[in-house]
Amino acid sequence: MKITREEVAHVAHLARLTFREEEMDKFTSQLNDILLYMDKLNAVDTTGVEPMTHATVLHNAFREDEVKPSLPNEQSLANAPDPRGEFFRVPKVIE
Amino acid sequence: MELYGLTVHELQDKLRAGEVTAADVLASVYRRIAAVEDKVHAYITLMKETAAAQAAAADEALRRGEVRELTGIPIALKDICCTRGMTTTCGSRILGNFVPPYDATVVEKLRAAGAVFTGKANMDEFAMGSSTETSWFGVTRNPWDLERIPGGSSGGSAAAVAADECIAALGSDTGGSIRQPAALCGVVGMKPTYGRVSRFGLVAFASSLDQIGPFTKDVEDCAILMNVIAGYDPRESTSVNIEVPDYRSFLDRGVAGLRIGIPKEYFIAGIDPEVRASVEAAIAVLEKGGARCVEISLPHTEYCLAVYYIVAPAEASSNLARYDGVKYGFRAAEARDLMDMYKQSRSTGFGAEVKRRIIIGTYVLSSGYYDAYYKKASQVRALIRRDFDAAFQQCDVIATPTSPTAAFRIGERTDDPLQMYLSDILTISANLAGIPGISVPCGFTRDGLPIGLQFLAGHFQEGLLIQAGAAYEKLAATRDLIARYRREKMPLS
Repeated sequence: MKITREEVAHVAHLARLTFREEEMDKFTSQLNDILLYMDKLNAVDTTGVEPMTHATVLHNAFREDEVKPSLPNEQSLANAPDPRGEFFRVPKVIE
Repeated sequence: MELYGLTVHELQDKLRAGEVTAADVLASVYRRIAAVEDKVHAYITLMKETAAAQAAAADEALRRGEVRELTGIPIALKDICCTRGMTTTCGSRILGNFVPPYDATVVEKLRAAGAVFTGKANMDEFAMGSSTETSWFGVTRNPWDLERIPGGSSGGSAAAVAADECIAALGSDTGGSIRQPAALCGVVGMKPTYGRVSRFGLVAFASSLDQIGPFTKDVEDCAILMNVIAGYDPRESTSVNIEVPDYRSFLDRGVAGLRIGIPKEYFIAGIDPEVRASVEAAIAVLEKGGARCVEISLPHTEYCLAVYYIVAPAEASSNLARYDGVKYGFRAAEARDLMDMYKQSRSTGFGAEVKRRIIIGTYVLSSGYYDAYYKKASQVRALIRRDFDAAFQQCDVIATPTSPTAAFRIGERTDDPLQMYLSDILTISANLAGIPGISVPCGFTRDGLPIGLQFLAGHFQEGLLIQAGAAYEKLAATRDLIARYRREKMPLS
């Protein structure tokens, strides 16, 4: 086993997801298959190879620090599930 | 022939000559949509009203003699491209009611070029899939066989072009999501170089891999669309400021003297014999046309899939953290507190494949596993890129099959994610290396399903792909072949 049911539950919490019991079993078994497949990579010698994180050699793209127009409040709130006045409302955070 | 069956360049000629109006063209396309969309389901949203206004504006421009690259041409947009004032769902319930306040740069560019938007095309949820079966809005069917998938994730765009429900379309390609559906639907699809086309306003999946590109009926149309969408965008920090050539200037250069690399690792067991035979025949046609074929090796090919399914989910798990039910998108109604609201909104809003990838991504990035998975994959990715750098010392373009098989049946692979992932085995390497690729139709299986030929080239060498693709299309007369199959085999015709 590469990953246990408990580990899947922990990772799901980190990712802010929940699963039904029967979903958990299916997911754990599928994830095991996928992670076992990843083991292939251990056959590659990568000693001294710099990890590649981007497809181009582009580095920091700087721009001038200028004030430009941004989305007005009304538009920023237009898609909100629960807007109140100028705010995004969410359920209670602290008991 | 009906107007909906024509290409961009054929319609341009007719519009400019005043033989037809943009309103005529749009009406023809919408008649076609009315006739076949029930069977194909290529679209999530149709934009009939705004399209009519755009067509009227195009006709006004034509009357004034102000003709631009795409004046009056009906184009479908994958529903991952933000459109101001028009729902952009990304194939997901979580964005089911999201109306962007701005246009993606590619959408702005198409508008400025005079295009008419037919609608937003169906796709796998968040572009995660190879069959368009993971869409919250239902499956798209392959116009060549309605029991089969159109490929994915840009299956709606590919099917819309193949079924003549638009003249051309835009899609996005993270691991093959333009080229594979193009191959499976018998149309042309290009993934440009990473950095060639701005992704501002493209809903992010895996940011080091995503690219936007065109679906068209022929290679000339591909060049026309690339001329419009390519180029630097100061709003997109990974877009590259290099001059964009006129891609049309590559159309008639032929293949005489062109060195075509044949990577032995792409012609292995697992490639359907009919696909293999068709692609080998295509290579023979190119040789007859004067191309020089050289056998090359891309030794790390067998690791591409494993690298991709670590890197892409890792980036996705981070990109999709923003969907929390607070500022936009779906929010679960009954929640005890904030944490519960996050979890319920995400768990109900995302489908199974998206959740699977978020979990894989979160796992491979979590402490204790980062080095073993993400770092290792990023190192092997560097070796994959080196393979291509070395290969392009020996050849100008590389030719391979686009997909190991023709279109498979709906439901055939939905319960086996790994089997589904194998659909992308020949396209993923280009995204990992950041190089451009094109798929052009090269034949049909005995069952009448399209087969695609893929060309790959070095960074920013899209021109060579247009050159090789256009030359092949002409040498093999694939446009005629497709027209004949459409008449004889396509269930919609």
